[in-house]
Amino acid sequence: MPSFVIVEKCDGCKGQDKTACMYICPNDLMVLDKDGSAGYGVMKAWNRDPSWCWECYNCVKICPQQAIDVRGYADFVPMGASVVPLRGSQDIMWTVKFRDGAVKRFKFPIRTTAEGSAEPMGGFPEGDGDIKSANLMTEPASCLVDKLPTV
Amino acid sequence: MANWETVEVTTDLLICGGGMAASGAAVEAAYWAKKNGLKVTLVDKAAFTRSGAVAMGLSAINEYIGYGKGENQLQDYINYVRQDLMGIARDDLVFNIARHVDSSVHLFEKWGLPIWTDENGKYVREGRWQIMINGESYKVIVAEAAKNAMDKAGFEIYERVFIVGPIMDGDRIAGAYGFGTREDKFYVFKAKAVFAAMGGAVHVFRPRSVGEGMGRSWYPPFNSGSTAYFTIAAGAEMTCQEIRFIPVRFKDAYGPVGAWFLLFKSRATSATGGEYMAVRKAELNNWAPYGLVKPIPANLRNYLGMLDVEAGMGPLYMETAEAIANLAKAFEGDEKAFKKKMKSLENEAWEDFLDMTVSQAILWAANNIYPEKSRSEIAACEPYFIGSHSGGSGAWVSGPEDVNTPYKWGYGNMTTVKGLFSAGDGTGASSHKFSSGSHAEGRFAGKEAVRFILDNNSQPNVGGIDEIKAKCLKPLDTYAAASKFTTDPMINPNYILPMQFMFRLQKIMDEYAGGVISGFKTSKALCERGLELLAMLKEDSEKMGAKDRYELERCWENFQRVWQAEAHVRTILFREETRWPGYYFRADCPKMDEANWKVFVNCAYKNGQWEMKKVPVVPIG
Repeated sequence: MPSFVIVEKCDGCKGQDKTACMYICPNDLMVLDKDGSAGYGVMKAWNRDPSWCWECYNCVKICPQQAIDVRGYADFVPMGASVVPLRGSQDIMWTVKFRDGAVKRFKFPIRTTAEGSAEPMGGFPEGDGDIKSANLMTEPASCLVDKLPTV
Repeated sequence: MANWETVEVTTDLLICGGGMAASGAAVEAAYWAKKNGLKVTLVDKAAFTRSGAVAMGLSAINEYIGYGKGENQLQDYINYVRQDLMGIARDDLVFNIARHVDSSVHLFEKWGLPIWTDENGKYVREGRWQIMINGESYKVIVAEAAKNAMDKAGFEIYERVFIVGPIMDGDRIAGAYGFGTREDKFYVFKAKAVFAAMGGAVHVFRPRSVGEGMGRSWYPPFNSGSTAYFTIAAGAEMTCQEIRFIPVRFKDAYGPVGAWFLLFKSRATSATGGEYMAVRKAELNNWAPYGLVKPIPANLRNYLGMLDVEAGMGPLYMETAEAIANLAKAFEGDEKAFKKKMKSLENEAWEDFLDMTVSQAILWAANNIYPEKSRSEIAACEPYFIGSHSGGSGAWVSGPEDVNTPYKWGYGNMTTVKGLFSAGDGTGASSHKFSSGSHAEGRFAGKEAVRFILDNNSQPNVGGIDEIKAKCLKPLDTYAAASKFTTDPMINPNYILPMQFMFRLQKIMDEYAGGVISGFKTSKALCERGLELLAMLKEDSEKMGAKDRYELERCWENFQRVWQAEAHVRTILFREETRWPGYYFRADCPKMDEANWKVFVNCAYKNGQWEMKKVPVVPIG
């Protein structure tokens, strides 16, 4: 499909300030049918160009209703498998279902700091502040050397 | 003409793009610009938090030197990159990226990226230069730091604005134009310097999957050659346009193989011939000296596998079960330790896919592939243009001021066009920077662009924009004027729709320029015929039709692809040898010619003409 929207679950993000899948898709594929005029249902999202989908899963991960899933590309993937993420603020859980019915679950960390907290200098001291030098803003400290190498 | 509002934005430094290089440029330039009273504006065609080639995530950082920890020397990295590119690399650029890359990686860690460490707190190495990460949110974290820096300085980020091309003031860059993909708005950005890093190019060649799986390219389908077009159209000199990249990956879903080769020590075999790297070792003598030094260059590794495929010995396989069994062997006899080890290996194997190519996990599950039980097919992908990986294509940029290099004209990472900077997939001859190096290079370029503005602090003249706007919106007008002529607007003699335009380009490139269908082989005659067909395609770009904003975006992406395609074919034609078999093969010049062609080939499009030239390779150190 590859990403597809489950009719019953999608609410068009009516309670949100923007349609999550439409906001995030890096390839501009997800669209909200606000008034149903496109034929996909009132306040329902859809993937307008499935053969252009990278299966990056960003729409799946961001959907507040868990209304989006991915069905493997029909032209080379046998049917029956699924891979479903559940992304939290610190880690992500994956459920992998095999065609033969087996299920595997994985959990991986995704970040070590609070969302939104990335401080540009990363706590490193400022460098020489000289626009003419080769040192970037936190260098040489962030290189773990006393002096930036040159040749 | 379509009745779109024109939005004019005036800034000092314009950053076009939102991937790793642009994120680096933004975080760094925000610091230097604020300090010096200048303004930075970033424009991204997607959502900054999940845009660019790292949008999905990554499972490893492929460039980390660790020179401050005494793990590697910078010179060793320079030698490694030059060797992998068959002698054709800019040592000065590679050196500069390498000396800044650790700094970026250390920042990533502070920002919140989980990097695997061992019991002593040392980064876990996948290979000599690679480190392992839990990288699902890699781009989110890197963009967050850039956004925080931009916000703090009061600078603006425009999302969902697609940059089409440059605006020039004589020989100096004056800005960029594009349009909103969510609103009927035409954008003109006026800037004193522009940093262009909008990714490499995919779908210039026909992909292996041409049905629904067309979008499952290894490198993302939304990277359409925007940077190459931007720099070529500005008149910048381009380099290594022949050095495409063809990765060998797990077949069809293109999942990563790096962990299997480097971390799990897996072998690649053909169905009948054993391990092609061992069986066909003698072939490497034909590509000396590069073929005889380890690590063997990526293109030669590809080539030996391709020889097996050509000989009918496919499929090729990654021997995953054998590799896992070998790794677990040390724990045999101790049931508990063995089980624990197998579990951790299984986790590592699946995370590799789930972090960066979820499709591969689906494909394995759908084929009932358990890596510890069965091997898995690998294959060469279709060609891509990606200067940050093992390809080399991009703009020709100045080396850093403090490095002794002949390639230097005032500001590091500035193209040959005044005020136009680039990095990442946008710059050539500086391969193997990957995600981390692209970020570091972006930071360096961002700082240098600010320095350029301080020395050239005047707003370039932007002439009349009505003509540019009319040209940009023309596909909408063409469609609107003609679409009612036929009962089905999909078939109309007055315009060509973006998807068919792209298919036409891909067919030309596949069949004439050495794509998958031609076994990656081409020749002078094939290139010349391909150029004739490309010329007509370019003429027909005047008749591109778009029924809506979405198709307008696709039209201009394809237009950009055509320019990357032409630069590629012209450079293959000019270089009368085969230097990167496994990427492409000039069937009429099948051997490498060190005496005549151990040079960069550069090209530029000026006054309607392509200029081609050889440039000597001068190593440092």
